Order: sequence, then structure tokens, then C-alpha cells
Amino acid sequence: MAGAAVAPASPVTSQQAPWEAVIGLETHVQLGTASKIFTSASTAFGDAPNTHIDPVVCGLPGTLPVLNQKVLEYAVKAALALNLHIAEHSKFDRKQYFYPDLPKNYQISQFDEPIAEDGWIEVEVAEKGKQTYLKRIGIERLHMEEDAGKLVHAGSDRLDGSTHSLVDYNRAGVALAEIVSKPDLRTGREAAEYASEIRRIMRYLGVSDGNMQEGSLRCDVNISVRRGPDAPFGTKVEIKNMNSFSAIQKAIDYEIQRQIKAYEAGEPVRQETRLWDESKQLTKSMRGKEGASDYRYFPDPDLGPIEVSDAQREGWRAELPELPAAKRHRYAEQLGLSIYDARVLTDERSMAEYFEAAVAAGADAKGIANWVTGDIAAYVNANRLAIAELPLKPEQLAELVQLIEGGIISGKIAKEILPELLEQGGSAKAIVAERGLGMISDPAAIAAIVEELLAAHPEEVAAFRSGKNKLQGFFVGQLMKKTGGKADPKLANQILIEKLNG
Amino acid sequence: MGIADSREQGIAEWRQQLEKGEVSARELTEHHLARIQAVDPTVHAYLEITSERARADADRIDARRAAGETLPPLAGIPLAIKDNLCTKGVTTTCSSRMLEHFVPPYESTVTDRLWQAGAVLLGKTNLDEFAMGSSTETSAFGPSRNPWNPERVPGGSSGGSAAAVAAGECIAALGSDTGGSIRQPASFCGVVGLKPTYGRVSRYGLVAFASSLDQVGPFTTSVADAAELLQVIAGADPRDATCLQAPVPDYVAALDQPVAGLRVGMVRECFEAEGLDPQVKAAVLAAAAQLEALGCELVDVSCPRFNDGIATYYVIAPSEASANLARYDGVKYGYRAPDATSLAEMTARSRAEGFGDEVQRRILIGTYALSAGYVDAYYKKAQQVRTLIRRDFDRAFEAVDVLLTPTSPTTAFGFGAHSDDPLAMYLADLLTIPANMAGLPAINVPCGFDLEGLPIGLQLITGVLEEPRLLQVAHHYELAAQVMQARPVAPLVP
Repeated sequence: MAGAAVAPASPVTSQQAPWEAVIGLETHVQLGTASKIFTSASTAFGDAPNTHIDPVVCGLPGTLPVLNQKVLEYAVKAALALNLHIAEHSKFDRKQYFYPDLPKNYQISQFDEPIAEDGWIEVEVAEKGKQTYLKRIGIERLHMEEDAGKLVHAGSDRLDGSTHSLVDYNRAGVALAEIVSKPDLRTGREAAEYASEIRRIMRYLGVSDGNMQEGSLRCDVNISVRRGPDAPFGTKVEIKNMNSFSAIQKAIDYEIQRQIKAYEAGEPVRQETRLWDESKQLTKSMRGKEGASDYRYFPDPDLGPIEVSDAQREGWRAELPELPAAKRHRYAEQLGLSIYDARVLTDERSMAEYFEAAVAAGADAKGIANWVTGDIAAYVNANRLAIAELPLKPEQLAELVQLIEGGIISGKIAKEILPELLEQGGSAKAIVAERGLGMISDPAAIAAIVEELLAAHPEEVAAFRSGKNKLQGFFVGQLMKKTGGKADPKLANQILIEKLNG
Repeated sequence: MGIADSREQGIAEWRQQLEKGEVSARELTEHHLARIQAVDPTVHAYLEITSERARADADRIDARRAAGETLPPLAGIPLAIKDNLCTKGVTTTCSSRMLEHFVPPYESTVTDRLWQAGAVLLGKTNLDEFAMGSSTETSAFGPSRNPWNPERVPGGSSGGSAAAVAAGECIAALGSDTGGSIRQPASFCGVVGLKPTYGRVSRYGLVAFASSLDQVGPFTTSVADAAELLQVIAGADPRDATCLQAPVPDYVAALDQPVAGLRVGMVRECFEAEGLDPQVKAAVLAAAAQLEALGCELVDVSCPRFNDGIATYYVIAPSEASANLARYDGVKYGYRAPDATSLAEMTARSRAEGFGDEVQRRILIGTYALSAGYVDAYYKKAQQVRTLIRRDFDRAFEAVDVLLTPTSPTTAFGFGAHSDDPLAMYLADLLTIPANMAGLPAINVPCGFDLEGLPIGLQLITGVLEEPRLLQVAHHYELAAQVMQARPVAPLVP
């Protein structure tokens, strides 16, 4: 019977579309202002507990918040970079809940009139072994709010069950931009790429360092699964506690499978918050979400309306740098770089700027790209340098690449002098001239050396001529050795073959 | 020593005497400390008397004067401060067990400006707990008494400040006004009480009750003194985002501008208000007639939404209070219930034991009004009515320069008169609330006495930032009426 080897399809699943995950991200970005969102206390990270506090941070009776204008600037710039519409008027609200990491027992946030709404970013989704594709991810909104403090629990990893808990308000009142995506993401990889593009954009803007280990960028995931795009949404589960992009990807992929398995086994998926356990590589239930919490939002009467005039908005827009997606397109389309090179070069603004400065100095973009993504990136990473601190300046790299392009030196020589240039900088041209490293490209001179070589190795010449073609490599090696690697490789090969065959 | 009763003489005269060396700051301070010692066991205006600091500050002023320095305008003037204004290093209790031992590590903007201007702190005055009340009866530390009749309340919430000024226990005082908390006790105690335009005076360091309504203002024995104090405390503050940037005019200079030709609006609804004492009505109408005699034109105006003010207020103010008072949880400062076995229990018990009934009642009302499913019907609706009240004022000020109403429907009531009926107590603020709703400046000026010899107050209201006009009309009325000279009995003689 035809098809007998194939397992019979389940009558239920055969009728149904494949599972699809619906994923949205809430990203909290700490805005990198020197002082907090509503007071002048420092935002420095990592100092002794409760050293960056003041009466406003602690919510002492009678204190009042005053908006740090730098926070507004950073939030608007971030929103513009995410193609969001900036509200001319918005406001702050109080989000009320009792928790000791919140000094006032309400958080100043933005509820129904956020500073910015309805935008998008373009994400390049690249995964090993799969076709790289572009996807536009919608962004619901961006709003400003204050961060909470940090609790340390003794005798338990949470407040319940601890013998006592300590609170550190250093983080309380640090400015956050909360960025809420539309539920446009479908896989863990897409979510990780989205989050990493958000981080990249924030770093390009200089509004956040995006440091996930220090909590400057935190993502919460909302995820449900359904049978194809027309099916109703499944139960939404929230995942927290992922502190790397790979953790985001893995947590989502794990959670998708967990939910699918549950549905297929006829078990319900509970509406709840789950935590990603990095050591066990799984999500586990943190708390149930029985109905929505009532935060009793109302407009904060201590803060007036937030007004952003057209002139102010456009002024800030004019200060935006070229963003990573635009750079990627430009590098690929105008400079002819591969998608991979464009992606690597634009990952950090400083590297892109280094690259562009070298190109602007007149060298070939592909040549520069190879050096920057290869030896230079390796050196910078190995020595934990910022590329801007590199002694080899972009113009000097351009000079080196130009020497290769112009046939003045070989790639081999370039590699040889690179370590010195990386450590001390300097002019490649000067080094080459000083040490006589210039390429030998006079055919007569090369021919003379080849003659000498052939004369010195009669056996090998005979062997070659009797068909041992592989020996060509031996003669090339000998030639380079004799010339200290300076022979023009193309010309040398040509003359060598001529003479060997001759 | 020949020091006058501070109720007989204004700040300008004191300043002159101080400058001439007829009296020293130290003598002035000692005089008031002695007065406090004599009458405060009866009046209980003060929660804390800062004698040592007062003497030291006064001596410093005298030393500076002796050294030939030109001194700021309030140099050596002893003042009392309502105990919901934070004073660095001086306990600030809000008359609550919750903050019984709270010592602020910072100074409120208004008091800082007073000390910069050379004023001397005599002490902190009693109030209804967290300024919630109209009699000081909700104070956790016992009520204050009305100097005109100790069997009567001084009004509230700033009853301690009003009583201290009325009893001559300070030259002037600061209070705060959310729904009438300056004007109503000023009316009950027969003193001048000014609530400035919302945002004219910084709220930084004023322990918040209802942030969109709270405003600090002075209690004084004359309108001129109110102008003197406002001059010092008014003006922009980078620590308060709701504080107005407008420059501060010369309030004292404005006092003598002529009032003839000004149009005074008689708010019809206020004279028809439920529970308006006929004696109060008669005295206020007589005051209006006095203004007419000074050349003002009396105009009948209608503000139909005024009577909705109280219902609106008792949604908005508790809503804001429920959030403002959430911070008192026993974690960081203030009262912490002992021996709790969980965080939830610690928070719940600290609040249940640290707050009095009225505060808890308002927190419950506000929490309810902001809850999902009710916020549209209560909080948002109340904000809409608030806009309508504002429009009533806007319309009225198209036709008149200043509005005139009674300050309180009654004179000072007895202790416990409303203790079984919070709503009856809330009605005490009926006539003062609309000005808070619209953020307008308003002043109480004494305008007579009832048959029991209790003071009656006149309320004047002007448009936003029109304090110069407000003070000017009040000042002319005060000079013409000479109400205190005609008083039937002296308060707390001698």
C-alpha cells in the first residue's frame, strides 16, 4: 500500500494550520543622564547602597518631583529613532501599588498619554543555516518613568519567606524609557534581533549604554501560541529575568514548545509570569496573574503637562546620527559590501565611524572593511580597547590599504607591519620607504631572480617539466623567500611559469 | 518693657522700632515666648515651641544690626509655622502619630525664604491630622482652642496658626489651604488669612494633602502684614514644577491704590447657601455696603456650579491624598507597628495605628474613587465639574474685579458639634472650596462679630495672580471698617 511507511497523520492536526507564536516585548531602557529623572541625585551604578539618594528619591514628606529636561530630550530622541510620533502634549501619571522598592508606593509613569506612539524599526534576522531576512516590527509606544530601588532578601530569594529584606534606593528614580513592541514577533530569534537592534539604536543615540548585565536594558516578553494567523490568540504568558539576547531567544523558544506541548496534551496554559532560569535553561512559574492589577492611575498633580513644540522636536531630530539600519543599507547598496560585513561594521557606532573615516580618506571600502572586521576588530577586542582609542587612526589605515591597492606593497607585507601600526600608529608609507619593503614589480628584475632560482634547483625544474605541476608552489615560496616577500605576486607567477615551461 | 500687644501693631511698625533700636529682636522674641507660656496652656496653638533656636536667631539678628548690617525685611520678626511645613532639624508631625518623631533633613522653600528674610521661628502649630479637617479636632495631639472663646474650635485645618495670631502668640504665622484651611480658621479666629493663587507660592516642603489644591499662605493681624509675608514667600521655585514663573509684584505698594470704581461681585449662590447663619449674612452684606461707600460698584453675579464644589472636592482631594499618603508604610520613616510577622502586616498595621479615623476615611474614599470601574464616574467626572466651576469664575470676572462672599457659613462651632457627622463638618468649607478648585487667590478679612462675640469673616476672591487687587480691596475695607476696634470683647484678656 502506497505511503504505508508514513505514519498516519492525526485527523485533528491534519486539519489545522501549524502552530505560530505571537510575541511582544516590553523593553526598559535606562536613560543615561547623569542625574535622576526627577531630582539631581546621581545615577552612578555599582556604588555602596543608598549613597545616591536625597529627600526626593526617598519620597520624604513634602518633596516634589521636577522633570530633568535631559530625560525628555533623550526620550524624544529615542522615540524619533524608533519612528514614533511625538505627542505635542503628554503627561505623567501615578501608578499605585505598595512595594518597598518604591519609596512613594507609587511610580511616576505615563499611562494613557505617553510621550510617543505608533512607530516601527526594521530588523535584520540572521540565523546560522537560514536565509537572512528583513522584518519591520511595529512599536506601540514609548513612555518615560522612574525606576524602582532594589531589594535584597535574606533567607529566601524573594520577599515572601525571607527573614528580613534590605532596600537600596540608588536605582530608585533613574530614568527609564519603556518601549512596547506590537505583537509582531514570531520566533525567539526575531525577538532577540529586535531587542539587540533597540540596544544598538540606543547606543548610537548615546541615550543609554544598554548594558544588560547592569540592568540598563531589560526585556519582558509576552508570548502566546495559536494555530495559524487566523486563529484566536492563546493565553498570554509573561517571561522575565533574561539578561542576554541569547537568553531571550532561548527562553522564548523553550516557552513556545512548552505551550504547544501543553495544548497538544489537552492541558491549559495559565495566565502567569514565568522566570527564565539560565542554569536550568527553562522557564518556571513565578506568580499567577489572576485578573489585571488595579494600579489606580491618575494624572500626577505635581508635574505639569509635558510640551514638545515642533521646533524643539525638529531640533532634536536634526541631532540624530545616521542609524544602524540606514548604515547597513548604505554600506550594502552604495559601498558594495556584503550583508555580513555591513552588519558587523555597523554593530557599534564607533566602529562604523572608524570605517567611514578610513573610506573617506580615499581607500577602497571593501579593502577597509576586511581589515576593520578582521585584524583590527580582533586586536581591539583582545586588548579591550575602544576603537576610537586605537593608535592606528582611520587615515593611517587608509594609507596602508592604498599601498596594497596601488601595488606598492603586498598583502603579506601589510600584515607584517600591521602589529606595529596597531600599537603605535604611524604612516605605512614611511615604514615601507624606510625599510625598503616596496614591491619588486620590475619584470627584468624578477626574471633575473627566477633565472637564478631555476639554476640553483635543476632537479626540481626537471621534475616540474616532467609533469609535477605542484612544484610551482615550491618555486613561488623560494622566490618570496629570496625577495623577502616583496615580489609582485602576480608578475612573479607569470614570469615563473613562463621560465619553467620555457 | 513697653512692648505692644502684637495684635495692635503691624510688621512695618515693628520693623521701624527694631531699626530705631526701640526694641531688640531678642526682646520681641522673649515677649512672644512669655505670651505663649501664659496663654498656650489654654489655646494649645503650638505643638512645639523652639525657644532656644528662637533666642539664638534673635540674638544673631541683633548682633548683625549692631554691626551695622542692612537687614532683610523680616529681621527679628517672630513667626509660627504650621506643622505640615518641613523645618530642617525641627520635628514636623502633621499632627499625626505617623510622623510624631519625624525630623526633616531639609527645609521647605517658604520657610527657607522666611529665615533668609530674617524671621525668627517661635514654634510649630497644631493642625487637623495631615490638614484633613475644619476644627483641629482630628489632631493626634489634641485640638487647639479659639482665643475668643476656648469652648469653641479655632477652625481648621490651620487652626493652630490662626489661634496663635489671634492670641498674640506670634506676630504672624504660615498655614496651608486646600479647601479653606487658611480662610476658615482665620474667619473663626478674627484674623486675616490669605490663600494665594495656586502656584504663586512653592509647595516644596509642604507635606502634601491634595497636591492640585494645596497652597501655603500667611495669617496676620492686618492685610498689610499679609502683603509683607506674601512678598517674601511668593515666587518661582526650581524645586516645584507647579510653581509659577511670573515675576512677583510689589504687594505692599499695591495696597494704597484707590478702590473707587472697582466692581465687586456678590455671588448670589453663596448668600443663598444652605446653613448660612443670618448673622454672618448680615455682617457680610454690611461689609459689602462699606465697600460701596468707598466707591465700589456692587454687582449681583451667579456662579451656579459653586454648590457642586464640595462634592467635587470630596472626590478630588481624597483621591490625591490616597496616593500622597501611600508613602507612610513604616519602611523608611515614621511610625512602624511593632512585632509584625510579614511585610503586608507591617504596612497594614503601621497605617491602621499611625493614621487617625479622618485620614483613614479620606484614604478609603480616594482609593475607591480611583478604582477600576469607578474612576470615570467619580474622579474623572469630578475633574469635569472642576472645569465648570472654573468657567463660572471666568464668566464672573468678565463682569467684576473681585468677588465677595462670606468665608464660612457660621462662626466658630463648639467641640464635638460635628463629630458624629463628617458631612456636616465638610460643609464648613462650602464657601472656600471653589477658589481652590479654580486655583484663585482669596482672603479672609474680619468683618464683624455675632451676638456671642465670635468673629465673622468676609471672603474676597480675584482672578489668577491678581493678589495686588485682592489685597488692595481688603486693605481699604479693613481701614474703613475698623472691625477690631469695634469688637465687643477682647480675646483672652489680658
